[in-house]
Amino acid sequence: MEKVLLKNIENPNSHEINEYEKIGGYRSIRKALEMQPKKIIEEVKKSGLKGRGGAGFPTGMKWAFASADPKFPKYLLCNADEGEPGTFKDRPILEKNPHLLIEGMVISGYALGAQYGYIYLRGEYPDAKDILNRAIKQAYNKNYLGDNILGRGIKFHLVVHQGAGAYICGEETALIESLEGKRGQPRIKPPFPVNVGAWAMPTIVNNVETLSNIPFIIEVGSDAYSKIGSPECPGPKIYCISGHVERPGVYELPMGTRLRDLIYTHAGGIKGGRKLKAVIPGGISTPVLPPDAIDCAMDFVAMSKAGSMLGSGAVIVMDESVCMVKVCYRALKFFEHESCGKCTPCRDGTGWLRKILGRIEQGEGVDGDIELLLDVSNNILGKTFCPLGDGAASVVISMVKHFRSEFEEHIKNAKCKIQN
Amino acid sequence: MFSESAIKELDEIRARYPTSRAALLPALYVAQRESGWLSPDAMEYVAQVLNMPKAVVRGVASFYAMYKCRPMGRHLIQLCTNVSCMILGAERLVDFLKNKYGLEEGGTTSDGMFSLVIMECIGGCDVAPSMLVDSDYYGNLSEERIVEILERYK
Ligand code: SF4
Ligand code: FES
Repeated sequence: MEKVLLKNIENPNSHEINEYEKIGGYRSIRKALEMQPKKIIEEVKKSGLKGRGGAGFPTGMKWAFASADPKFPKYLLCNADEGEPGTFKDRPILEKNPHLLIEGMVISGYALGAQYGYIYLRGEYPDAKDILNRAIKQAYNKNYLGDNILGRGIKFHLVVHQGAGAYICGEETALIESLEGKRGQPRIKPPFPVNVGAWAMPTIVNNVETLSNIPFIIEVGSDAYSKIGSPECPGPKIYCISGHVERPGVYELPMGTRLRDLIYTHAGGIKGGRKLKAVIPGGISTPVLPPDAIDCAMDFVAMSKAGSMLGSGAVIVMDESVCMVKVCYRALKFFEHESCGKCTPCRDGTGWLRKILGRIEQGEGVDGDIELLLDVSNNILGKTFCPLGDGAASVVISMVKHFRSEFEEHIKNAKCKIQN
Repeated sequence: MFSESAIKELDEIRARYPTSRAALLPALYVAQRESGWLSPDAMEYVAQVLNMPKAVVRGVASFYAMYKCRPMGRHLIQLCTNVSCMILGAERLVDFLKNKYGLEEGGTTSDGMFSLVIMECIGGCDVAPSMLVDSDYYGNLSEERIVEILERYK
């Protein structure tokens, strides 16, 4: 597959506007401005593009809701918060292909009738901030941004807003709260942001990768676009892979690439030829998979059939040297730390799970701890405001499901067999 | 209390948002940069400039990991120990920092040179274990490499 999202990134100057224009960049803007906004939304709908942030909601449908709302002004927010441990897929776009994102946002803003866009960027990407700001300046100078884009009387302004290190701000309503200058705590839905979002106005929140697909959809048309990837989840996908593989990194491949191929073909297999023990397929909040489950397509539909989630497409590979109780403990330490504290099952539940896991890991587990882990998890699952609580619970449930004997041995022998 | 350029920057920031409250996060970054951390005085000043209650400013600042409500060493080490980094040895590096530099999680070296914060994934998982020193990224860390990197900041 020819690269779409990571095109030209080997060029050390790929972030410069001239280099981007040289390979056909900003041509889709011209084409899009010839089209009626409704037609663009129609194309995006027909392309079958599903949001790349993790939830996989059809992008065109989200757009249609927001554009149907008569309230004004509307806002377009780019979710560049990627805080999910294991995930770094948006980083190469932000640092090496920023103009693709800008072009995508201008087209999207025009389609939606939004005149203001914000890129909510994770605080831990200082380089990306400078690169984006520079790219935005270049785009203003060339009249791709501003009050009268390309002399067509269309207005769109873009600002980079730096987050400050809170995982929960990747959740779209928490992101909006944070943008408004508040603690980033999720809002209750409905109302949905498409109707009542930033400053109570219709707001679209899309991931970096999602928005970066838009210029290509406009360029080739929805038919050609939807031939890439799997029929239910078309398009290119950036997967990122880390842990015990020979070649960790980012790979742009057709959506629906098999997990086995990603690990063994693209990433070069398990480091040092050791044996695969477990895979977390979509960032730390997605359920863990055992080695016999990797013959599965990596898209939103197939992954959920396989008992996990595509999430952000961030694969963490673990070989036999890894203690799963320890991984589970570390994951829960993360969820406890990042729980925003708004709802009780998550706020108290994640801490409780972390405590139980901690004592098992330390060799101080007691009989009944595994049942207690499952009981607490089931009392979080489906009972929280936002998906963070669900993520924590389903990680624990899946770890116990696939690696129960390891938990049992820890408790029985009061120590770890794998690591000492 | 802020430099002239910082005050000008604050004005520019405010103009980017429909409300002045929305300028709070970026304003806190400016304040932090000005004094190295968010002292009570700095927060009070931000509250004044943006015309909002001091308690609101403190409440927001304390929510986010990247605002430092205590004084920090000259350089801030942010080391990730989340799963991708952990399975490649990040925890050994935490021990190493403690043994070699007397640097504990949340602490500062006795000479005030370095502070250490343990991070939840900084998006450098492909080069795990990884860390940020101030705003510079480093990956593929080992004990030797950490020593060599930190020397450059002294
Ligand atoms: S599930 Fe957790 S993070 Fe989400 S709103 Fe509840 S307390 Fe906050
Ligand atoms: S897990 Fe350490 S940088 Fe991502």
